[in-house]
Amino acid sequence: MNCSMDQELQNELSNRGVHVTSLEWIYNWGRSNSIWPMQFGLACCAIEMIATTMARYDLARFGAEVYRPSPRQADLMIVAGTVTKKMAPLVVRLYNQMAEPKYVIAMGACAISGGPFRDGYNVLKGIDLYIPVDVYIPGCPPRPEALLDGIMKLQKKIREQKLLGPDRPRHADREASCDYPVPDYGPNDLIPTCNAYT
Amino acid sequence: MTESSPYLFLSVLLGVAVIFPLIPIALARGWSLAFTPLKPGIEKNATYECGIATTGSFRVQFKSQYYVYGIIFLIFDVEALFLIPIAVAFLDLPIGAVVATFVFMLLLFECLAWAWFKGALTWDG
Repeated sequence: MNCSMDQELQNELSNRGVHVTSLEWIYNWGRSNSIWPMQFGLACCAIEMIATTMARYDLARFGAEVYRPSPRQADLMIVAGTVTKKMAPLVVRLYNQMAEPKYVIAMGACAISGGPFRDGYNVLKGIDLYIPVDVYIPGCPPRPEALLDGIMKLQKKIREQKLLGPDRPRHADREASCDYPVPDYGPNDLIPTCNAYT
Repeated sequence: MTESSPYLFLSVLLGVAVIFPLIPIALARGWSLAFTPLKPGIEKNATYECGIATTGSFRVQFKSQYYVYGIIFLIFDVEALFLIPIAVAFLDLPIGAVVATFVFMLLLFECLAWAWFKGALTWDG
């Protein structure tokens, strides 16, 4: 909500024990602390992702440990690993089946750009050719700390999203399309070779 | 204090049971109307969520011979179950019971042989 209370007054009230907040802030706070990732891994980065959820790194501290096996219940798609051209339509279809608001983390060099397999005939040169990526985590594979940092970056991004106004994100925009066409298998490459989205 | 009907409680509970789930549903729907619109799509509304597009027909046909196999298996399965208590108490059984058991098993093998000769165990695509 467009809460036009200035920060100074809010601080003063807070010092006197009166906490004031906006609907937008508390909505984003709740959302950012309960990111449910989708439970799927594509290659070796998934092992690091699994390690992140386990006791040593404990993704549960950020409220993101509830991995869902169904795209309908997930908020976050962690593209962890090499996306082959055979796998890309499946990833895009699963992304389309997630409910808005949804976010994507491209984890590792392969998901970002194809990584060491970039020159391969069967590897997609970055999942961002087909779906919008919110956070890129470089590394081959990234350490669990890097994934934690990526989740925290995503939380920061979620907390700053607006509910109303011209710069509101896609999921709050009635006109913005959230349809990302699923590519088909062609004789040599996927058709189309990338999605036109902004 | 007036005597209230015992069904009054039930009606109150019924009201609570109806309203309690309706409130979060109404809140969620109201929120989506106000801020985050629903955006259905063909892919999103697809039935399966495994990532692979559905292929072929939903009407799957398979051979009716399968049922003969299934029924024979079921019959022998249940009859094998009857033999377990007999096997447990076999050494203590009187001679009449042992003879009755062997007659029962003879009938079983007879049935199996009959089904075999009738061709029920032959899979002719």
